[in-house]
Amino acid sequence: MEQFEFNYPAKRKIPKRAHVGVVGSGDLEVLLEPTENGAASVLVRTSLDGFKANWKAVLDRFFGQYDGAVHIEINDAGATPGAVYLRLQQAVEASES
Amino acid sequence: MSSPADTGNLSDVAKGGDGAKSALIFSPKYLQRRSFIELNARERAKTLFDSGTSRELAGPFDRIESPWLAIQGVTPQADDGCIVMRGMIDENQAVVIAFNGAFQGGGIGEVSGAKLTAALDLACRDSENGQPTSAVLLLETGGVRLQEANLGLAAVAEIISSIITLRAHAPVISVIAGPVGCFGGMSLAAGVSSYIVMTREGRLGLNGPEVIEEESGVEEFDASDRALIWSIYGGQQRYNQGLVDALVDDDADQMIKTVQDLIAKGVPKIHRSEQVNHYRSRIAALDPSTQWDAVNFSWSAASLAKPTGRDEAAPGG
Repeated sequence: MEQFEFNYPAKRKIPKRAHVGVVGSGDLEVLLEPTENGAASVLVRTSLDGFKANWKAVLDRFFGQYDGAVHIEINDAGATPGAVYLRLQQAVEASES
Repeated sequence: MSSPADTGNLSDVAKGGDGAKSALIFSPKYLQRRSFIELNARERAKTLFDSGTSRELAGPFDRIESPWLAIQGVTPQADDGCIVMRGMIDENQAVVIAFNGAFQGGGIGEVSGAKLTAALDLACRDSENGQPTSAVLLLETGGVRLQEANLGLAAVAEIISSIITLRAHAPVISVIAGPVGCFGGMSLAAGVSSYIVMTREGRLGLNGPEVIEEESGVEEFDASDRALIWSIYGGQQRYNQGLVDALVDDDADQMIKTVQDLIAKGVPKIHRSEQVNHYRSRIAALDPSTQWDAVNFSWSAASLAKPTGRDEAAPGG
């Protein structure tokens, strides 16, 4: 298992926290919470070692579109980059609905 | 045999114009039903409650996760795969505990076991204080989580003890809906509950098919033979055997109604697990020298005496 932390600039306050997904094979769990410090941070724990560059690429792209001030925790059980991106979008949708 | 593509008008089919089988498949009732199994564990728990009355306890943001998984290289889950919700079911106080079969096969660990036990004990305390609180267990579990073996086994002992304490005050209902089923130590927990509800997709057994095949060989039990597996462990068979109180379709509304009816029925006069001699005689009647199949594994009602009451050998409670 590996653990990484990533930080991104953020502008916008978000209304509420959201929890989506499950730590099942090929899937992941996302916990998204508003922060007060005007920045975004992501903590990734993944069962598959050696994919830090892929995580950075997916999260760079995600935070290229998203400016919410949030702390995100990801518990991953081998999700593909596409599945990660969809779960992040689902968490955002849940946090703003 | 006609395929859906060449049946033309579906409403004609629904009226029974193209054989009973097609009529069932295309009946509006079937198409409009809301699947219970396709809901995730949190949604399953929530849907059982009266609208707007449920609240989750010890949820994912409380981050009560297993301390044992990460050190073994397994990613933990923030709720440890166990969801606890409190609220009202048909205006009765109730707690629902749902296991998430996708996380570690719904396996019981130290934390998920403690969450279940604590929920049952709190329901028991409220019941003793004059507020009867039923418990509904949504069991999608292979039993004890291997990474936490001894702690999981201890948790199962506590769970069984807590169910037996609570069931004297309020019904404890075990629901086995999805294809993960309920195995290992948690099948014992289901066995001591007041009522068991299953779907045809659900499975209930002590040793799972893979375990038996691994131990005794594929000649003994072929775990890849799904028809055989479901004919032994499946909800229909368990219902035919009288081990299950209600067999329901994969329909959320039917599931809600069934749970409500069982809560309304209250505490049974005699729990299934108190009928020791009755079930012992059933086991004695089985012939293990031949391969069991769906037919000879079904005890016919005629060949066995109906339970007459609490067995003298049964423990109290």
